[in-house]
Amino acid sequence: MEHIISVTVENKFGSLSRIAGLFSGRGFNIESLSVAPTLDPSMSQMTIVTSGDERIIEQIVKQLNKLIDVIKVVDLNESDFVSRETALIKVHTRPEDRAEALRIADIFRANVIDSTPATYTIEVTGDPRKIGAIINLLQPLGIKELTRTGRVAVARELIRSTDVPAKKIARE
Amino acid sequence: MKLTGAEILIECLKREGVKTIFALPGGVVLKIFDMLHQQKDIEVVLTRHEQGAGHMAEGYAKATGKAGVCLVTSGPGMTNVITALADAYMDSVPLVCFSGQVPTSLIGNDAFQEADNMGLSRPCTKYNFLVKDVKDLAVTIKEAFYIATTGRPGPVLVDIPKDVSMDKAEFVYPSSIAIRSYNPVYEGNKWQIKQAAEAMTKARKPVLYVGGGVIFSGASQELMELAELTHMPVDMTLMGLGAFPGEHPQSMGMLGMHGTYWANMVMHYSDLVVAIGARFDDRVTGKVSEFCPHAKVIHIDIDPTSIRKNVNVDIPIVGDCKMVLRELIQILRATVNGDQRELRKPWWDQIREWQQANPLAYQQEADGPIKPQHVIQRLYELTKDRDPIVSTDVGQHQMWAAQYFKLAKPNRWLTSGGLGTMGFGFPAAMGAQAAFPGRLVLCIAGDGSIQMNMQEMATAVVHKLPVKIIILNNRFHGMVRQWQDLFYEGRYASSDLETTPDFVKLAEAYGAVGLRASKPSEIDAVLKEAIAVNKPVIVDVPTYRYENVYPMIPAGGCNHEMILEDPPALRNKQSGAGQVAPKDSDTILTA
Repeated sequence: MEHIISVTVENKFGSLSRIAGLFSGRGFNIESLSVAPTLDPSMSQMTIVTSGDERIIEQIVKQLNKLIDVIKVVDLNESDFVSRETALIKVHTRPEDRAEALRIADIFRANVIDSTPATYTIEVTGDPRKIGAIINLLQPLGIKELTRTGRVAVARELIRSTDVPAKKIARE
Repeated sequence: MKLTGAEILIECLKREGVKTIFALPGGVVLKIFDMLHQQKDIEVVLTRHEQGAGHMAEGYAKATGKAGVCLVTSGPGMTNVITALADAYMDSVPLVCFSGQVPTSLIGNDAFQEADNMGLSRPCTKYNFLVKDVKDLAVTIKEAFYIATTGRPGPVLVDIPKDVSMDKAEFVYPSSIAIRSYNPVYEGNKWQIKQAAEAMTKARKPVLYVGGGVIFSGASQELMELAELTHMPVDMTLMGLGAFPGEHPQSMGMLGMHGTYWANMVMHYSDLVVAIGARFDDRVTGKVSEFCPHAKVIHIDIDPTSIRKNVNVDIPIVGDCKMVLRELIQILRATVNGDQRELRKPWWDQIREWQQANPLAYQQEADGPIKPQHVIQRLYELTKDRDPIVSTDVGQHQMWAAQYFKLAKPNRWLTSGGLGTMGFGFPAAMGAQAAFPGRLVLCIAGDGSIQMNMQEMATAVVHKLPVKIIILNNRFHGMVRQWQDLFYEGRYASSDLETTPDFVKLAEAYGAVGLRASKPSEIDAVLKEAIAVNKPVIVDVPTYRYENVYPMIPAGGCNHEMILEDPPALRNKQSGAGQVAPKDSDTILTA
């Protein structure tokens, strides 16, 4: 099963290679990984998308915790979370396709961030299914280049029962 | 006052109480060696190979319980010490290794003798540091010792570029250290401990399964108390030997692939396994799906990743063995009244039956070839009163030593368990001898593995480390040969060494003492002579070539299905095959 693990690490030389090395050395799977500094520049936040059965995920979490540079590990699947991914898609556009490309972008609330007579570069953000869907629709036009950020995720904040009657807020 | 990096390193070592380091110089660490040369507090043992330095530091650490320290140069110095780091990592040995590095300005330029020391050591150390500024050196060394010796111990590498060893900085040694991302848990969860105590009082067929964690945690006394209080049998892993006295009536000896018959039967038929500082290695579990099928499992370990890594655990307790056992004993003392012995009488009757059914056995004929087990048995009988430290290499001799040399106390057993490093034994014995100059240190070796670090004999002679090496010489990589006989239809692919050097002459060539026992009747006299000499000694014992280690659980086999003796086909084939005659090897050498 797919799990999203959020890891807070020391922002130092070698931290990323320790984590990547742990996954390769122990045969764990990484589907995507994204890293950036946190508000406190001495720490980095990683979002790792991985998969495995319950025991493997338990080992991944424990092994990550065991790394000296790792400050905190949260398996986001333990609770509710939101996740997003951004893709930049450069599509070929013959004159007769340009309107179609814009229509597709519009449907997905995507933006055109660069434009040439023969191409559009479209920026789209969403969950992996949404990104998969827009790619599928744009493919017939001809995708020249595609780059994806990998997912970032954060746990949903719990709402205290005194704030609203329902315990969980509705998904978007 | 400002000190150079080299001086800071030495000051730090002194403050950590380091008396001996194992080292081999090279271009980028010359400044450090130059400063070491000008002081008297730390002895530098110059080894002949960096792997030797690493294993010596391991032996020192295992015998003393303190961190072992080695110092190597960049490039090949670093790559040579990797085996020892990997070995220490697998066996949780506290080690601090200092490696030289090319000057910071040259890092990444493929400079002479440059290697990516951080990248090389990352998967085989608990942590590693590259010191880029001399101002960080002291605190880095403090952190290195802290990480190496706390929690689950392990090796730590500190990579020091040449310019850092020469630059100057104000020397301030931190008195304490805190690392926000590293906080080992020592105290076990009280509720879990209570659960464990309850399960232990109720169990009818329990077993204590103890590993090296008990030794590193210094929990032998507590283990003894717990075992006697609960009247449970004690199975030891290879790394755990010595945690509990081998001759104690509750000791089952070693379990696992070449463990005793009863130690493995006890595991298989138990209703409660209490694992303490052990990690359910595949050499212990055999086939995981059929491991301890009737048992509840309690697992006490300081490393959370060890728990539920290989087998399911019912009551996990993360914590330091010593602290958890103390608490466990306290609860049990209050709840257990003397009825444990009675409750477990049927279990003990069964265990004694197993012990009688299949004892460890070998046939030594008075005028026949020497059996390797007999040599170890005699060595044990002759030295046990002297409380020796025993090291081994890896292979058949290691398993026989584990079976026949019954250790009374912890920190006496130096062996390479997890990584199975041939060539470990001799340098490890030297490291222990350097820590305890007056003690009797024995190295039980095979003719194959001793040749992997034989060069250290020069170090032993120069530094007057009177280690006694007993070579069980069958001119085979014996364990490989055993597997080939059992699983590869006797095709000896690259296991027959055909010739070994004349170890007696070899010892003499190094300035050590060489002895040989060629007949069973000579063994006692030769061993006694070796023990009496205050010099490094090699005792070469040509043994029966085809002896196999039993019991044996084939890899991936089930714990209660052991091979107990040579299958008939093998017995017929080997009749007539003999002992290695020393003359025989002489002829081959000169031919």
